[in-house]
Amino acid sequence: MKLDANIPEGPIEKKWENYRDKVALVSPANKRKRKIIVVGTGLAGGSAAATLAELGYDVEAFCYQDSARRAHSIAAQGGINAAKNYQNDGDSIWRLFYDTVKGGDFRSREANVYRLAEVSNLIIDQCVAQGVPFAREYGGKLANRSFGGAQVSRTFYARGQTGQQLLLGAYSALIRQVAAGKVKMHPRTEMLDLVLVDGRARGIVTRNLETGKVRSFSADAVILATGGYGNVFYLSTNAKGSNATAIWRAYKRGAGFANPGFVQIHPTCIPKTGDYQSKLTLMSESLRNDGRIWVPKKKNDKRPANEIPESDRDYYLERRYPSFGNLVPRDVASRAAKNMCDEEHGVGLTGLGVYLDFADAIKRLGEQAVRERYGNLFEMYERITGEDPYKVPMRIYPAIHYTMGGLWVDYNLMSNIEGLFVLGEANFSDHGANRLGASALMQGLADGYFIIPYTLGRYLANIGYDDLDVSHSAFSDAEHQVTERISSLLAIKGKQTVDTFHRRLGEILWDNCGMSRTEQGLKDAIEKIAAIREEFWSDLRVPGTDRDLNQELEKAGRVADFIELADLLARDALERRESCGGHFREEFQTEEGEALRDDENFTHVAVWEYGGDGAEPVRNVEPLQFENVKLTQRSYK
Amino acid sequence: MKLKLNIWRQKNREDRGEFVTYHLDDVNSHMSFLEMLDVLNQQLIEKGEQPVAFEHDCREGICGACGLVINGYPHGPEEGTTTCQLHMRHFKDGDEITIEPWRSKAFPVVKDLVVDRSSLDRLMQHGGFVSIRTGSAEDANNTLIPKEKSDLAMDAAECIGCGACVASCPNGAAMLFVSAKVSHFALLPQGQPERKRRAIQMVQAMQDEGFGACTNYRECEAVCPKRISINFIGMLNREFIKASVLSGAEKGGKYRSK
Ligand SMILES: Cc1cc2nc3c(=O)[nH]c(=O)nc-3n(C[C@H](O)[C@H](O)[C@H](O)COP(=O)(O)OP(=O)(O)OC[C@H]3O[C@@H](n4cnc5c(N)ncnc54)[C@H](O)[C@@H]3O)c2cc1C
Ligand code: FES
Repeated sequence: MKLDANIPEGPIEKKWENYRDKVALVSPANKRKRKIIVVGTGLAGGSAAATLAELGYDVEAFCYQDSARRAHSIAAQGGINAAKNYQNDGDSIWRLFYDTVKGGDFRSREANVYRLAEVSNLIIDQCVAQGVPFAREYGGKLANRSFGGAQVSRTFYARGQTGQQLLLGAYSALIRQVAAGKVKMHPRTEMLDLVLVDGRARGIVTRNLETGKVRSFSADAVILATGGYGNVFYLSTNAKGSNATAIWRAYKRGAGFANPGFVQIHPTCIPKTGDYQSKLTLMSESLRNDGRIWVPKKKNDKRPANEIPESDRDYYLERRYPSFGNLVPRDVASRAAKNMCDEEHGVGLTGLGVYLDFADAIKRLGEQAVRERYGNLFEMYERITGEDPYKVPMRIYPAIHYTMGGLWVDYNLMSNIEGLFVLGEANFSDHGANRLGASALMQGLADGYFIIPYTLGRYLANIGYDDLDVSHSAFSDAEHQVTERISSLLAIKGKQTVDTFHRRLGEILWDNCGMSRTEQGLKDAIEKIAAIREEFWSDLRVPGTDRDLNQELEKAGRVADFIELADLLARDALERRESCGGHFREEFQTEEGEALRDDENFTHVAVWEYGGDGAEPVRNVEPLQFENVKLTQRSYK
Repeated sequence: MKLKLNIWRQKNREDRGEFVTYHLDDVNSHMSFLEMLDVLNQQLIEKGEQPVAFEHDCREGICGACGLVINGYPHGPEEGTTTCQLHMRHFKDGDEITIEPWRSKAFPVVKDLVVDRSSLDRLMQHGGFVSIRTGSAEDANNTLIPKEKSDLAMDAAECIGCGACVASCPNGAAMLFVSAKVSHFALLPQGQPERKRRAIQMVQAMQDEGFGACTNYRECEAVCPKRISINFIGMLNREFIKASVLSGAEKGGKYRSK
């Protein structure tokens, strides 16, 4: 597999500027002749589709929900980072770049991250101009809050619904282009395969989720912005429909899958209550600005929180990390919570929980101020748990939240398949082994609004025109494979439901590929996953037909892909014999129990190549060079 | 707890549909309403029957995908709560629960509890945006916006587009939805250039899509999971009237002889 990151020449501060100055352009008349497929209408896909259409390209956009506005980005709560330095607290593009590289535990590509920090400011300008009602100060200027892994206040927010407001902004730009006839929107349409012609991505095969009709679309380039694959763990903070199918199909067509084992576990989620649990709910990280995390000092202390005196409480993050305290990065906070619970200090019925306490904040700021900042989150907590967090501390526990891994892309956000671009959470590019809070929204919008318009133009300017359409045999072949696969899922007629398999898969992953991983555990996981796969294909029951809305059939296809992806995830975690960011291998830790990197052997991106059905996947590497940030042991003490 | 569920079953758009009764035991009070339906569906599949189709995605009350009429109330009995955020602790052992899809002319039923809400997307195409090209924005802090104004705009902007307002309205009006969008932009400086066009076009589109007229039943406000106030409907009406009455030179700036 050829892996050239295509990083432009020049000092890091100048790379993107030089690139834009020199990049080939497509004339307006020629843009009209180019058709672009955008799969996904979240922040990444929505912003890309809208901007490309504005530029004059002919865009076909797809999502599986009934409306583009419901993409999972809508659920992001806490905020979006930018290096505006409106707070005058020492922030800069450099510092945002540095924090992101360090936060990612030195496993991301410097040039990409620098560009991200650079365009972050444009995003805020763009969103405000669209009418996104970010929080403001009394003077009428924009307000900021702090997020984990940073010592400056650079996060812009709209109450606890930042993702919603940003997505509605992107959606409004998209819908404007739909009205203008430049975007053809296909909701309730799922991409089930990627079509390559002469080695280039030239289209997709889709299924209409209401009618079951399988249909192909051709284009000059294909953009995947289909989000993360956290749902491979079954329980996660992702939307129920979030899936890996689009990127997994692309992987099976030859796209490299980078760092599949890099998964983020978010420290502040509402703990699980029972077997029927269908998802986990995030409590925004912004809560760690004012909430204090603690557990009882005594083991198995069953007293209610308010009966435990100060002297019997262990504010373990403040104790272990005095300079960042409750605002340490997510991986550090999650692991610390797990350690406390493993040592039997956990709270709640299951013992899998720690307190997030606002009593001090309410004393310091008053209940009204706390309500203004977090009111909707507190309400959500109360609705789910039946407990009032103004009176008793919240109980939280880590949960699967985000996937840093994804399809490999170069500086142009193009995968190793020519003409296949990957944006947002679906790619691997910017967050290394751990993503900092409020940086996914930033990345999605950077990719869609400000990067792809240039890099796609560069690609198109260099390829010729043809009159390829879906009558090409590559499309009928792919359609045939898609239909066959649907039929075989329906034909199993076994006894167990899709959810049963998905839940079991999730348990295997959570136990062996979750917050801490071991050689043996990962090997076991690989075996168990293979067994589940076999059982799935012999004992699955999918009711109904493929001719109408069949939600079980949709899920079955996604879970079949998740099972295969789970195997790759475990292999990746097994082969990376170091600890870094969210990837914690018990064999590799410092004396204080912190992640111990092995820079000599693992300063690289692991890029997996599909080896064919039944064959082992191949692990390739893209070495990472750190020319601007010195590799150091991360410390938040 | 044990429940008796009367659920609307309809095979497809053409099917007439009917209520079917199911009994469910062992419902845990910590479950969400949708998790309760998940459990029912698992049992139906195991028995060889067809599961109930219903729409959902985030299950966090923000994507607007879910929406069931529960005992006659869109999103059920709890104020300010989407169906996915409704928990079974609000029900008791032996309860009989009726579950239906949104019912409105503008939302045809697709299957069981799933409806087609694409009419809302089409409304948005008639000005539910600020026409600003990517990359052409000024520095975000150049324009000052009073916090109160911005907060009020946010109150409106929180609409999740679930359609409960339409489903609850005896006339099937989409006034709360449209008013939230029009007000959101009317309150902000960025929305000013297209303010009048937007009000007129969105109101017109509402009629064209087959939504009914507003006669102040106020049901929409009561069921809105985001508690969006009908004060915004008042605002929309004023916006519409102001936009419809052209003043002075707005009628035309060039002289033309008849
Ligand atoms: C609860 C929660 C809170 C978060 N809070 C924050 C935060 O405060 N700050 C922050 O920076 N990040 C946050 N994140 C992370 C962030 O929201 C996501 O990483 C980001 O929104 C992903 O955007 P995206 O555009 O890449 O994908 P998504 O928004 O997930 O969109 C994916 C799109 O792809 C479509 N799609 C998927 N598969 C297919 C297919 N096979 N065929 C057709 N269409 C398909 C979907 O329909 C959808 O339109 C949060 C995440 C969660 C889960
Ligand atoms: S499922 Fe998203 S709002 Fe209910």
